[in-house]
Amino acid sequence: MKWVGSNLDLVWELIVAHVGLSVPPIIIGFLLSIPLGWVANRFRISRGVILLVLGLLYTIPSLPLFIFMPLILGTNQLSSANVVVGLTIYAIALMVRSSADGLASVDDDILQAASAMGYSAWQRFWRVELPLSGPVLLAGLRVVSASTVSLATIGSVIGVTSLGYLFINGFQRNIPAEVITGIVATLLVAVVFDLLLVLLGRVLLPWNARDRTSSRQARRQAVLLAEGVS
Amino acid sequence: MNFVVEGFGWIFDPANIGGPQGWIARLLEQLSYTFGAVAIGAVIAIPLGYLVGHTGRGRDIAVSLSGGLRALPSLGVLILIGLGLGIGFKAPLITFVILAIPPILAGAYSGFEAVDRKTIDAARAVGMTEWQVITQVEVPLGLPLLIGGIRSGVLQVVATATLAGYISGGALGVFIFEGTSTRNYAETLGASILVTALALALEGIFALVQRLVVPRGVVAKEATDLRPRSSRPQPVMGIPIHEGK
Repeated sequence: MKWVGSNLDLVWELIVAHVGLSVPPIIIGFLLSIPLGWVANRFRISRGVILLVLGLLYTIPSLPLFIFMPLILGTNQLSSANVVVGLTIYAIALMVRSSADGLASVDDDILQAASAMGYSAWQRFWRVELPLSGPVLLAGLRVVSASTVSLATIGSVIGVTSLGYLFINGFQRNIPAEVITGIVATLLVAVVFDLLLVLLGRVLLPWNARDRTSSRQARRQAVLLAEGVS
Repeated sequence: MNFVVEGFGWIFDPANIGGPQGWIARLLEQLSYTFGAVAIGAVIAIPLGYLVGHTGRGRDIAVSLSGGLRALPSLGVLILIGLGLGIGFKAPLITFVILAIPPILAGAYSGFEAVDRKTIDAARAVGMTEWQVITQVEVPLGLPLLIGGIRSGVLQVVATATLAGYISGGALGVFIFEGTSTRNYAETLGASILVTALALALEGIFALVQRLVVPRGVVAKEATDLRPRSSRPQPVMGIPIHEGK
């Protein structure tokens, strides 16, 4: 606690940097995963190709992926874009299965009813299919958020500032309290993100709160999916 | 592209391949960490997972554990344990065991849960004891999902084992950190290529194993329809057959 007290400014600065690194991948990953998930559901061949490619991308370990980035993007080796793009790739890889499953979870009868009521395919997607897949999307997004916040610490190994700096610095100066602060702060950021997502879900998907079992089921499914068991 | 050539140049340089400091030795260290940690993790997680799956108790705890541990930064845990135990292989191994447990646990309990309740009822009805139900029904039928969990654990550990080099724990990460601190990008890149190739190779092997362990007699359920069937009863063509008539 003593260490934290005398280094509050540093910790706060790193938390801000960490949030800056992890928020864009979560949002971009989510936005890109929806059209990809839709395409994956639409055709059998596109499903196979998309899931295979994303599965392989997810297999690439994070540190090498960050190291490959300057070659692919043409960025500086110390650029934070390397970490942001790398984390976005992971976010997409984790999220697309959830998006595809979420969109597929909407009952076919509801879709047919929407069409029968005169919704165009576009309206039906935005007003029926997407909102109803919300609980599954939310569950997937929570897993992506936790994973992104944790992985962002690795960026500090290649010189991109995040809360991981406290691990590196704490190791070099042999201060366990600094490392513990880094771990706790990372978990704290992850918990706050998770709470915000749950809150967002309450606001955007009010019907979800009434249906506890199905949102719990969705959470379970998303966690299993992320563990590679499904 | 120049860098890529240099990276491969580093890999194929005879000076970097053999010997105790060469990448073959480091790759073997990476594999030892991976399979060591997954083996220890399996010894802990499989019985626990089977217990959760068989009794159906503690499922929510297992889910929150998996979900929560995902946010735990492995680099921080590695360094913290490293500061406590000193440099060497122990701290990385403990970290990787922690990392390997959630996916194996998930594979074990979800494998048991995926078994059709009717199959278990049938097993009891033909007089199987509880132990026989576990060992002859639930374990073999749950095997594909368990292997899925182990596969996921292996991939997570083999990726993270790269970090062991940061606290002088050996493995391929040694080259990555050496390369970044001496500004030798070819070395960093070469080692990164090796780690990635290793992960992809393991992924390929496990994809194959996962297909092989599906018990004979169980036809793998390939999804024929991407969308779930309608919940409304479908009209039946022809004369419906009524049971008991």
